[in-house]
Amino acid sequence: MINDAVPKIRLRGLRKSFGPKVVLDGIDLDVMPRTSLVIIGGSGSGKSVLLKCILGLIEPDGGTIEIDGRNVLDLARDEREEARSHIGMLFQAGALFDSLPVWENVVFGLIAKHKVSRRAARAKAAEFLAQVGLAPSVGDLPPSELSGGMQKRVALARAIAAQPDIMFFDEPTTGLDPIMGAVIDGLIVDCVKRLGSTAVAITHDMASARRIGDTAAMIHHGKIIWSGPAPALMDSGNAEVDQFTHGRREGPIQMELRR
Amino acid sequence: MLDLVLDPLAVIGRAVGSTCRVAGSLALFAASGLSHIVRPPFYWRLFARAMLEIGYFSLPVVALTAVFTGMVLALQSYTGFSRFSAQSAIANLVVLSVTRELGPVLAGLMVAGRIGAAMAAEIGTMRVTDQIDALSTLSTNPMKYLVAPRLLAGVIALPLLVLIADILGVLGGFIVSTAKLGFNPSTYIMNTVNFVQTGDVVSGLVKAAVFGFLITLMGCYQGYNSRGGAQGVGAATTAAVVSASILILAFDYILTEMFFAQ
Repeated sequence: MINDAVPKIRLRGLRKSFGPKVVLDGIDLDVMPRTSLVIIGGSGSGKSVLLKCILGLIEPDGGTIEIDGRNVLDLARDEREEARSHIGMLFQAGALFDSLPVWENVVFGLIAKHKVSRRAARAKAAEFLAQVGLAPSVGDLPPSELSGGMQKRVALARAIAAQPDIMFFDEPTTGLDPIMGAVIDGLIVDCVKRLGSTAVAITHDMASARRIGDTAAMIHHGKIIWSGPAPALMDSGNAEVDQFTHGRREGPIQMELRR
Repeated sequence: MLDLVLDPLAVIGRAVGSTCRVAGSLALFAASGLSHIVRPPFYWRLFARAMLEIGYFSLPVVALTAVFTGMVLALQSYTGFSRFSAQSAIANLVVLSVTRELGPVLAGLMVAGRIGAAMAAEIGTMRVTDQIDALSTLSTNPMKYLVAPRLLAGVIALPLLVLIADILGVLGGFIVSTAKLGFNPSTYIMNTVNFVQTGDVVSGLVKAAVFGFLITLMGCYQGYNSRGGAQGVGAATTAAVVSASILILAFDYILTEMFFAQ
């Protein structure tokens, strides 16, 4: 997935280890503007670490992370924070602030970044909740009273509220039933298209990967071992990818099971 | 043979290294938290909430502790002082003990159990459920949002609590002395007022401010650095209370030495 045009996100030789465990081993990846990339890979393959490195939540050991052509690792802290403030993130478990009601969760970034007054933000929250198919009355509830699907939708509303240029989705359909998974995928595609954002999603869910992604890549043992159009995922011609996408027990990827 | 000598040294070296690492990390955390108090924006709403939690909601437990401590002090000192016919010194002993030592230390330990644990659990849960990472992605510095308001609230709320504890502790001594031990109320009050000095109260309040800082610092630090789900949050909560309690007792000695050593 290396391209000559200026990508929205360009990773080169990204490396990260935790002690002796190498998690990212020289990742090269380009994500073009206004496209959606889906990254697949087994549990513990480094997908979440990759997103957290780009977000600045984890400092990589080496390599470059370019956003709009600027290597964010070379920027001063303020500039780095500014560059990353254009990224929205949907966390795997939603990561809603349980001390705040839903409406404050939704407009949290709006208040923090754009200094919108609480009164105006509350009205805006209803709009964002409507965009993810939730009634304004949900805004007054604490997150703990919402179902898993509703929490995901609120988290999506929060991610889109600050109108980010780039959106990350960490396993957006994990733990949801297939219908709710399809609903969340549909909302993600709608939101990304409406905002004109560039999206990167990581998932184990092949149906979700094909619904969300324009392009796809597979990470294995800390490296990108395949990339191509998302519709080709199920018939990639790569033995590892085909084993993973079809969920076959036998193949080049051996699960490390202790007997 | 060489291993027998080197192995214990290696263990000591690792322990020293680990202690230095934790102390350094804690110092950096404290410096970062303090720096965010003076750099805008400051989250006044969260500061007010922390003040309410630390100050107002801790009032019953601190008040009860102070009253009973004053009562016990009067009773115990009476049994001791009566042997030397020095019962008149009970009022002096109660007010001095409460304002200089027992007020700040017992209030500090009570608040450490109540607030230190709650802070570590809340921030620890936020850590293990990605809520702290979510703050970062929403243009909000977690140190500024979670730590700075709590540190400031701890430094301000605990002296206020201790001031009330001082009054209630003396009141406890007064109740026992007058109702049970037969002291004259006005004489007891005169003895108390004439003996206590501004420095006694102020030193207790300064101690309280330091203890408030230590309690909130350890609660925030342990929660912020918790790992590994529910078990990690539990461990952070325990560590917050234990470390804050030990630090309170250690700093109590250091501050007493500073204020009162001849």
